[in-house]
Amino acid sequence: MSLESKIPAGPLEQKWQKHKDNLKPVSPANKRKFKILIVGTGLAGGSAAATLGELGFDVEVFTYHDSARRAHSVAAQGGINAAKNYQNDGDSVWRLFIDTIKGGDYRSREANTYRLAELSSNIIDQATAQGVPFAREYGGYLDNRSFGGALVSRTFYARGQTGQQLLLGVYSALSRQVGAGSVKIHTHKDMLDLVVIDGTARGIVVRDLVNGKIETFIGDAVILATGGYANVFFLSTNALHSNATAIWRAHKKGAYFANPCFTQIHPTCIPASGDHQSKLTLMSESLRNDGRMWVPKNPDEKRPPEQIPNEDRDYFLERMYPSYGNLSPRDIASRAVKRMCDEGKGVGKSRQAVYLDFTDALGRLGKTVIADRYGNLFDMYDRIVDENPYNGPMMIYPAPHYTMGGLWVDYNLMSNIPGLFVLGEANFSDHGANRLGASALMQGLADGYFVIPYTINSYLVKGKPAAIPLDHPEIKKAENDVQNRINKLLSINGNETPTGLHRKLGKIMWDNVGMGRNEQGLKNAINQIQAIRDEFWHNLKVVGNDSYMNPVIEKALRVADFMELGELIARDALERDESCGAHFREEHQTPEGEALRDDEHFAHVAAWEYNQDKEPIRHKEELNFEFVEFATRSYK
Amino acid sequence: MKVKLHVWRQKDKSTPGHLVDYDVDGIEPDMSFLEMLDILNESLILKGEDPVAFEYDCREGICGCCSLTVNGIPHGHQKGTTICQLFMRKFSDGEDITIEPFRAKSFPVIRDLIVDRSAFDRIIQAGGFITVGTGMAQDANSILIPKKIADLAMDAAQCIGCGACVAACPNSSAMLFLSAKSSQLNLLPQGKPEKLKRARAMIAQMEKEGFGSCSNHYECEAVCPKEISVQFIAKFNRDYLAASIKEGA
Ligand SMILES: Cc1cc2nc3c(=O)[nH]c(=O)nc-3n(C[C@H](O)[C@H](O)[C@H](O)COP(=O)(O)OP(=O)(O)OC[C@H]3O[C@@H](n4cnc5c(N)ncnc54)[C@H](O)[C@@H]3O)c2cc1C
Ligand code: FES
Repeated sequence: MSLESKIPAGPLEQKWQKHKDNLKPVSPANKRKFKILIVGTGLAGGSAAATLGELGFDVEVFTYHDSARRAHSVAAQGGINAAKNYQNDGDSVWRLFIDTIKGGDYRSREANTYRLAELSSNIIDQATAQGVPFAREYGGYLDNRSFGGALVSRTFYARGQTGQQLLLGVYSALSRQVGAGSVKIHTHKDMLDLVVIDGTARGIVVRDLVNGKIETFIGDAVILATGGYANVFFLSTNALHSNATAIWRAHKKGAYFANPCFTQIHPTCIPASGDHQSKLTLMSESLRNDGRMWVPKNPDEKRPPEQIPNEDRDYFLERMYPSYGNLSPRDIASRAVKRMCDEGKGVGKSRQAVYLDFTDALGRLGKTVIADRYGNLFDMYDRIVDENPYNGPMMIYPAPHYTMGGLWVDYNLMSNIPGLFVLGEANFSDHGANRLGASALMQGLADGYFVIPYTINSYLVKGKPAAIPLDHPEIKKAENDVQNRINKLLSINGNETPTGLHRKLGKIMWDNVGMGRNEQGLKNAINQIQAIRDEFWHNLKVVGNDSYMNPVIEKALRVADFMELGELIARDALERDESCGAHFREEHQTPEGEALRDDEHFAHVAAWEYNQDKEPIRHKEELNFEFVEFATRSYK
Repeated sequence: MKVKLHVWRQKDKSTPGHLVDYDVDGIEPDMSFLEMLDILNESLILKGEDPVAFEYDCREGICGCCSLTVNGIPHGHQKGTTICQLFMRKFSDGEDITIEPFRAKSFPVIRDLIVDRSAFDRIIQAGGFITVGTGMAQDANSILIPKKIADLAMDAAQCIGCGACVAACPNSSAMLFLSAKSSQLNLLPQGKPEKLKRARAMIAQMEKEGFGSCSNHYECEAVCPKEISVQFIAKFNRDYLAASIKEGA
C-alpha cells in the first residue's frame, strides 16, 4: 500500500483554504444519515463530537471514563499557543510554523504544521466565547507567557489549569449537543477492537466497564481521539488510565503506526520518591519563564542550595544555550539535565535531580505575582514533596510525558484504513520528533474544531456505505477475539499482577528506550520485552470474572497491548539510525553532545505495518521540504 | 508505617455493603494515600481476592475521579486537597482509617468505593454552557474583561466535578457545584445573555436528580478540594432572584 499524504499543491499559505474550497460538503439533508463513531472525549474527540453534532451528523461518542470531563486533557497545566501577536513582539503564523518545524527537528510535514499555526488563533476565539477564563491583564486584554523553543510570548493560559479550562469548554459544547439530542454519549465503554469490513472502518467493539458486556457499534466512519501512549514507560506524567489500546487494536487491524519511537521526555517533573511510585507529576514548562535551572559546580557540594553562592552554581541551560537559556526545547533541556546528573552533579538523596530556582523572580516580582502565575503548581509541589518552593528551589528530573508518534494519517487526518480518522495525540501528524510546549492543546482543538469537520467530507461524499447487520461475520469474529483474549487472561492464574509486569516493562523501556538510546541497548530491549511478554502470558494473575466492574481485567488488557507496542517502539528506534529531536541515538551526536540528524537517509516518516506473527514492515513517507530549508537546530 | 483500614465493600448497586478490616504494612511516609491502597490491592490480587474498587486517574488533583470519604470527611482531613494528593506522612503510624464512598442519594454506589456521578453531567447538559457554535466566535480581545472579573470567574471555574460538596452536605445539595458553574459563566460578558435560562434549566435538573436544597450549612466549602467559596451560592441566589423579577418569572 502506498502512503499518500494528500497534501494539496500550491503555495503553503493557500493550501488549506484551497483544500477546503475543493472539499464538497455533505448536503444538510443527508448529514443526519451518516453515523460517526468517536472514541475519546478529550480536547480532540470532544471538540470533534460537539462540532460534528452541531453540523447535523448522527454522532455517538465513547469514553472509558465515567464522564467526558475526566479525559486526560484536563491535566494540562501550562498553556496553549496561538499566533495572535497580541504582544506585538513580531509573532506571526509563519513564525509559529517555523518554530514548530524546527522544534520538531524537521521531521514533520510542512503543510500540516502550517495549517496548525494558521488555525491557532481561531481556537483562542472559540474558547473565549465559550467562557474559558483565560488570564487577563489589568486593562482587560488577554495575557501571554513564553514557552520553550520560542522567542516570542504567544502562550495563553488559565492559571496552571489551562487544560482543565479548555476541556471544560469542550465539555460544555459537547454537553449542549448531548442535551439537544444530536450527540449520544456512552461513558464507561472501553473500545477493545476496530471492525473493518471490505477494507473500510465500520465499527468498534466496546466492553462496558460496569457490567463487562461486550457490544459492537456500527457507523459510517470511526474517529479515534484516544490520547498518547507514554504510559508504556509505566511511570509518566500521564493519567494512570491513559493507554494505547484503541490505536494498538486499530494497528493490528491494518492501520499504520508512524514514528512510534518519537516519545517526549519532559525535563521538569517531580522525581520518584521510591518503588511504590505510581506516577510522576509534571511541573509545567511555564515555570521556566521565571525559574532558573542549576546544579552546584562542585559534585561534592555539601551546602544546602540557599547557601551556595552564585559563583559556585552552574546555570547550565543559560551557559550552554545563551539565547534560549531556560526556555530551550524539552528534548534539549532533558538531555542537559541528564548530562549534569551523569557527570555526578545531580542533587537530592538520589542525586538524580537538578534545582529549579525561583529566588530571583520572587525577589524581582514578589510572592503575590508568583503565586498568581504558578500558585497551584507550587502548592502541588509542597503537598507531594513536603517542601515549600517559595522558600527554596524545587528539585526536578525528566519524565516521559508525551508521544509525538501515533497512527499514520494523511492531510485529511484519515489513516490508511478508509473511514478511520485519528485526531489529537493519538495521531502522529504535526510535531515531528519533538513537540514544543503548549502545542498539544492547540493541535487537539485544531483537529477537532476546525480540521475534521471539513476533511471528513472527503470520505463521506463517496456516499453512504452499505448497511451492515450486527451478526456480520467480521463483527462476530471481532467480538469473539475480545472475549477470547479476556478468557485467556483469566485462565493463566500465575503469580504476577498486571501492575507488577507493567512496572517491569516500564523499566526496560526507560533504561534502553528513554533519553539515550544505542544499538546494543535497543537490541537488548527487544529481547527483554519479548521475554517479559512471555512471562505476562504465562505468569499473570487476574482475579474474579468478567461480569462486573473488575479493574484487574481492564488493567491486564492495557498491559498486554503495551507489551507489544513497547517492542515496536524499540524496533523503530533501532531502525532510525540517526538522532533527531527527542530520539537521541548516542552513536549520532556532535562533539558538544547535540543530536546529529541524517537528512539524507532519514528525512521520512516511518510507518509500520502489522504483520501477524512476522516482523512488522517499515514503510516510508518521504518528507519534502519545499518552503523551509534544513538547518541544524541551534538554540545557542 | 502501618495502618488499620476499615474499607467499605459492596458488590454492586443492589447488594448491601459492609466494612471490611485490612492491615496494611510497609508504608512509606512519602506514599500517597492511593499508593497505600495500591499496596493493599496488589496483595489482595496475589491472594486471589478482588481488589478494592476505587476511582482515580490523574492522581494530581485535577480530573475529579478520586472520591473517598476518609474518617468521615470527603477527600480526608487536609484542607483544599483531593484524596489523591494526601500523603501518608499526614497520618500516624498504626492509625485506624475508615474509607467509605461519597454518600448521597443521587450518587448510587457502583462497586465498593465507586459511585455514579452522572447526575452532574445531566445538570450541565441541561444548561451549563454558553450557546456558541464552532467558528462563530469573534476575536478574543474584542470584548475586554477586567482582570478582577476574569480572576473571579476562574476561581469558580476551578471546580473538578468530584462531588465532595454533595457528599459533605447534610441535605446532599449540589448547590456549590451548580453555582460555581453558573457564576463562572454569568460573570463573563459572553455568558450574561443566557443567565436566567441557564439557571432555571440547571435548577430543574438538579431537583429532578434528587439533590437536596441548600440550607446554609457550608460543609461543602469546608471539603471542596479547590476551596470554592459559598459566596458563589449567595451570588447565584441573588442573580437568579434579580433576573426572575426583571423577566417576570
Ligand atoms: C501533565 C500534563 C500536562 C500537559 N500540559 C500541556 C500544556 O500545558 N500544553 C499543551 O499543549 N499540552 C500539554 N500536555 C499534553 C496534552 O494535554 C495532551 O497531549 C492532550 O490533552 C491530549 O488530548 P487528546 O484529546 O488527544 O487525548 P486525551 O485528553 O488523553 O483523551 C483521550 C480520550 O480517549 C478516551 N479513550 C482512550 N482510549 C479509549 C478506549 N480504548 N476506549 C474508550 N475511550 C478511550 C479517554 O477516555 C479520553 O476521553 C500535557 C500533558 C500532561 C500529561
Ligand atoms: S485522581 Fe484525579 S483528582 Fe484525584
